[in-house]
Amino acid sequence: MPTDIARFGVTATSSIDEAVRDADVIMMLRIQLERMEGAFFPSLREYFNVFGMTEARMHLARPDVMIMHPGPMNRGVEIASEVADGPYSVILDQVANGVAVRMAVLYLLAGGAEHEEAA
Amino acid sequence: MKRLLKGGRVIDPANGIDGVRDILIDGDHIARVGTDLPADGATVVDVGDGLVVCPGFIDMHVHLREPGQEHKETVATGTASAVAGGFTAVACMPNTSPVNDDANVTTYILDKARQANLARVYPIGAVSRGSKGDLLADIADLRKAGCVAITDDGYPVKTAILLRRALEYASMFGMPVIEHCEDPSLKGDGVAHEGFYAASLGLRGMPGACEALGVERGVLLAELTGSAFHVAHMSARASLRAVRKGKDAGVRVTCEVAPHHFTLTDEALASPVPYDTNTKMNPPLREAADRDAMLDGITDGSVDAIATDHAPHHYDEKQVEFDRAPFGIVGLETAVPLSLDRLVHTGRIRLSRLVELLSVNPARILNVSGGTLSEGMAADITIVAPDMKVRIEASKLRSRSKNTPFDGWELRGGVAATLVGGRPLFVNSAARISL
Repeated sequence: MPTDIARFGVTATSSIDEAVRDADVIMMLRIQLERMEGAFFPSLREYFNVFGMTEARMHLARPDVMIMHPGPMNRGVEIASEVADGPYSVILDQVANGVAVRMAVLYLLAGGAEHEEAA
Repeated sequence: MKRLLKGGRVIDPANGIDGVRDILIDGDHIARVGTDLPADGATVVDVGDGLVVCPGFIDMHVHLREPGQEHKETVATGTASAVAGGFTAVACMPNTSPVNDDANVTTYILDKARQANLARVYPIGAVSRGSKGDLLADIADLRKAGCVAITDDGYPVKTAILLRRALEYASMFGMPVIEHCEDPSLKGDGVAHEGFYAASLGLRGMPGACEALGVERGVLLAELTGSAFHVAHMSARASLRAVRKGKDAGVRVTCEVAPHHFTLTDEALASPVPYDTNTKMNPPLREAADRDAMLDGITDGSVDAIATDHAPHHYDEKQVEFDRAPFGIVGLETAVPLSLDRLVHTGRIRLSRLVELLSVNPARILNVSGGTLSEGMAADITIVAPDMKVRIEASKLRSRSKNTPFDGWELRGGVAATLVGGRPLFVNSAARISL
């Protein structure tokens, strides 16, 4: 957990159940290899058991919850396949939109005009 | 040639002097200290109102970079920076290339110092060969060549057993072991103090405990061996606690604090310029509670010395991503203004205490001469102008490198003149003194 996390104006918890309860949107994030090397947790198996987003945990959220993930996903680590591919998932739309946004940013940074008329 | 420094306020804590005195310099040494001394053929120097005559300041922690990294600094440019900053002597760290783990390197450094003929240079030798932490360096040889202490600075001594042997061995030659206190595993690849600002900037952190573990280890081993252990560039409140505990138990432990650690906090990582690599040093700028603890330690006497950890780096080396930049800032020419402004003018300490921190105690810890203005001593003298308005300008520093986070700072208090062996090597044109 980042130091002084409370000063960022967020509520932090180490319980995934507590974080998910009554959520409208859940954003997952890939666990990174360097976290493993830093010995932050013992094994992927234990990580999935303690923090993994499972079908059972989704029931704690609001019925119309939206599940997001910027990818790439580690299926069976931070997120179960049933959740990633389930009815609440907008992950594929999110990733597709992410490509368009990156393209736009690169275009603008490379000198493109904001409201260029089509030739 | 004889010079009579007339009418200045003289602060010489070792001799219990704080008052108006005249000082007669004969050639390279102090001939007489007294009131209303006759000129007697000497050139009379009027030390005007508001100037304070002190025993020469000694910076016990600088990196002169020579041999091997002359693009950052040389003995000549580093000692020019020293006298411009009010230091008549510096002790230089052994992490040169090659490492000062051999009498030939020590001799080379001392030759360069003799050629430059500016501030005195006291080399500090390596604890271990190549500072690699495996085998002890030839410490007796280093001592004979002129080293005054040993350290593997830049890194802690690798193992507890090697530090124990170094303490036992160095004490036979009357040398302290100076330790860069740090637990390497806890430091990891940290680049800043672990706290709110590192978290918000996405920088990897290292906590104060990383340093304090090293201090605790050293204090325990100093107690075990009865040897002198000196904590370099202390920055964390937990380290200060460990030093105080050691001192209370009668352990021979001393410590130094750098001006940036009693002036800045980790907030400087974010503002005024975020990711400014001139705010990257090791140990890092810490949170306010740590900075305040350093000020308290300086005030209550737990801190023995102010040392700059003057660490010149070339502009190109610092103009890179924060993660990739080398640790360190220059400090020789900013230490006295920062100390006067932040310690004396805030009412935290008196001038005489500042002289202890900058002169008396460094001389005592390193067992070198200086630290007093006694008759017969070398005329190493720093004259300060406590009320002079000073503006720090990086581009005007004498050091070959300009990596300072204090560029543009306006401070109250500066150096009026620096004399080494009776020779005025720096005279500030803004001060009312002519030498």
